Amino acid sequence: MAGEFGNPEVVEEEVDILIIGGGMAACGAAYELGPWIKAAGGDITVKLVDKAALDRSGAVAQGLSAINTYLGENDPADYARMVSNDLMGITRDDLAYDLGRHVDDSVHLFEEWGLPIWKQPGDEGKPLVEGGKPVRSGKWQIMINGESYKWIVAEAAKKALGMENIDERIFIVKLVNDKNDPTKIAGAVGFSVREDKVFVYKAKAILLVAGGCVNIFRPRSVGEGTGRAWYPVWNAGSTYAMAAEAGAELTMMENRFVPARFKDGYGPVGAWFLLFKAKATNAFGEVYMETNKELLDDYPPYGQAAVPASCLRNHLMMKEMREGRGPIYMDTPTALAKLAETMTPKEIKHLEAEAWEDFLDMCIGQAGVWAGENIEPEKKPSELMPTEPYLLGSHSGCCGIWVSGPEDVGAPESWHWGYRSMTTVNGLFTAGDGVGASGHKFSSGSHAEGRIAAKAMVKYVMDNKDYKPELEDSVEDLVKEIYKPVMNYLEHKDYTTAIDVNPNYITPKMLQFRLQKIMDEYCAGVATMYQTNEHMLKVCEEKLEMLKEDADKMRAKDLHELLRAWENYHRILTAEAHLKHIQFREETRYPGFYYRMDKNFIDEENWKCFVNSTYDRKTKTWTCKKVEHVDIVDKTKLFK
Amino acid sequence: MPTFVRTDKCDGCKGQDKTACMYICPHDLMKLDKDGSETGHAMKAFNQEPEQCWECYSCVKICPQQAIEARHYADIVPLGASVQPLRGTDSIMWTIKFRNGNMKRFKFPIRTTAEGSIEPYAGKPEADISKIGEPGFFNLGGVQKPGDPSELIRK
Ligand SMILES: Cc1cc2nc3c(=O)[nH]c(=O)nc-3n(C[C@H](O)[C@H](O)[C@H](O)COP(=O)(O)OP(=O)(O)OC[C@H]3O[C@@H](n4cnc5c(N)ncnc54)[C@H](O)[C@@H]3O)c2cc1C
Ligand code: SF4
Ligand code: SF4
Repeated sequence: MAGEFGNPEVVEEEVDILIIGGGMAACGAAYELGPWIKAAGGDITVKLVDKAALDRSGAVAQGLSAINTYLGENDPADYARMVSNDLMGITRDDLAYDLGRHVDDSVHLFEEWGLPIWKQPGDEGKPLVEGGKPVRSGKWQIMINGESYKWIVAEAAKKALGMENIDERIFIVKLVNDKNDPTKIAGAVGFSVREDKVFVYKAKAILLVAGGCVNIFRPRSVGEGTGRAWYPVWNAGSTYAMAAEAGAELTMMENRFVPARFKDGYGPVGAWFLLFKAKATNAFGEVYMETNKELLDDYPPYGQAAVPASCLRNHLMMKEMREGRGPIYMDTPTALAKLAETMTPKEIKHLEAEAWEDFLDMCIGQAGVWAGENIEPEKKPSELMPTEPYLLGSHSGCCGIWVSGPEDVGAPESWHWGYRSMTTVNGLFTAGDGVGASGHKFSSGSHAEGRIAAKAMVKYVMDNKDYKPELEDSVEDLVKEIYKPVMNYLEHKDYTTAIDVNPNYITPKMLQFRLQKIMDEYCAGVATMYQTNEHMLKVCEEKLEMLKEDADKMRAKDLHELLRAWENYHRILTAEAHLKHIQFREETRYPGFYYRMDKNFIDEENWKCFVNSTYDRKTKTWTCKKVEHVDIVDKTKLFK
Repeated sequence: MPTFVRTDKCDGCKGQDKTACMYICPHDLMKLDKDGSETGHAMKAFNQEPEQCWECYSCVKICPQQAIEARHYADIVPLGASVQPLRGTDSIMWTIKFRNGNMKRFKFPIRTTAEGSIEPYAGKPEADISKIGEPGFFNLGGVQKPGDPSELIRK
């Protein structure tokens, strides 16, 4: 029997390996663990916990229309080069290279399990693994019919692990270090959003793969459309916040991703650029990638690669917006008219269906916008818009946790410390959006990275057989902490007549609005066209300080609101990490994603380095430091 | 485009202890109003935080009664359009109705194997425990793609 609201039942469980999250990385780990555990003798226990249901949790919930990382004929070194250039030169080549040489196997599994992958004419029905040629939409991407992508990957993960080893609808709130050795992880605690239960897990090894972070900045829509962020609204920075609190070193938290997408629906633009060869223009039909081309020369060498970094493409667009030549358009009529010269109407209709599938497979909301606005792309261009910033480590972003890399690719000794994918906290591993200083792993790479981590975790558990985790905090204190927002509510709810307006507590919704307003206005959100400076950052810091204090007063009137409250705690810490890193890095490394207007240049001499940070949860303070950057593949090849 | 539940179609998943829409929503938005105290409609589900809906359509696709539809975000999209799927075991059908009445229909495959048929380890080799400290997945013995060694400039 579950407890009652305010007095939850406590469920304690001990396993060897705990997986937090149920997304692509977690599903990869679930798959790879089985055979290694069997080979290790079979007595290693595992539990996977997800805040949602595996079938549709994480960023792939809607499905996807492409697998963005499939190497095929490409060399892993080439892949590491691309990742590096898109992220302005500061990535860990060892991590990208390792991913590149592993990733294709996950894609082959997806196909074996039933994911439809498009093939070149003549190769229909021939699997990739047998040499079937995929339809590429770019050098690294392959096209799929991916509505059921997550459903399929989850089915394999669930079968591999067994449903008895999976707990769904449990939100993990924090990690707990070991009582006798704080450099070790010992467990994690969370609560059910369905019944009054708190879960206390002890584990020797933990894989923390709870995705990236959305909604720390004010979204462009603040009514019903608030939910239509580009990034899935349910990934709340749990990965970064919990890792930081446990003492793990974070890296590149100044990095962010600001995708330029169709306005309001934030639907994918890839099909229009690639299949239709459409061009993006300003309001006067000028192609800013051509007219503003010289801006790329301000950022050598990154602007000079065949494909300029994503942030620089935004940079060229933003000049048009700042100087009043908006709206920015995807010029669909010109593209379609051009195609009509060489294609039959039937062929064009087929292409059109593919463009709609691009929306329907991964951003249905965009189809809604086009339907509601009667958009006929052959008659009228559609607006493009950069979104509010998101923090993630697996898409075109590279914030995350500093992890141990492979030992056999020539990386500096300090980049690996025994167990691949382990953070600087012993026993704490991560993958996918959790791994910093890499990026461009996408769905397939996150799955592969989860598998890489899983194998290392088995080794860690084998090597630490006699370790008996003991939690640093008492279960009683942990339960109290988790249910604090409920207590705030129960204690004070009758003080006023309006349930949401009460001087003794703040609703999670209002606290989130406050966080978003602060970040938006001072930390380079859309309100200032992504611009900030030292002084604005200082104000941001002060305001966040008070917000952090007030977070103790969040209320939860039911379990759903308790979920929202804890998501916010994770958001605040993630936001703070972002701020501290932007403050520390005295340059503008990602023009088009954010601008430090007081340091509006790239400083290769002083800042071609990683920025790593640690958080002390006792004193609630951050420490940032520079970490030397080293190339392990030759980057000059990009610019020949 | 927050989702809404049609009173004439939802049957509360026949009083089972978990409804399909509550089970699936990644953001914990769908809620069953058991006694009608929240919506006036007992034993029917509703979206408890429409402004947090990602329009992922997970609930729409899974509802056994096709009771869930979406009304495009009111602060963004003009009224009158709809985008509705019908998801089968191997394909999905989409009906898009534009505000001006135009219609489009699409059908796309979703999987090539029967649902529930995946045997994750069938035909795969066992893991070789002597390789646990090396790179590579259990089923491959080593890495998938060793790459050109001359590219690693510090080795
Ligand atoms: C809009 C968008 C479009 C994309 N398009 C493509 C594409 O076309 N092709 C491609 O290959 N890739 C694409 N990607 C990238 C891909 O989806 C991600 O790289 C991948 O899903 C990352 O995997 P992950 O496991 O790190 O995170 P996710 O898959 O997001 O999983 C995170 C998991 O953590 C759970 N979780 C979160 N917090 C907690 C908590 N506190 N406690 C317990 N569980 C928690 C979530 O429920 C979820 O299960 C896209 C991503 C986005 C956002
Ligand atoms: S899944 Fe459909 S029928 Fe079941 S409760 Fe939800 S809306 Fe009602
Ligand atoms: S569309 Fe997605 S986010 Fe919205 S209620 Fe349904 S399942 Fe939840």
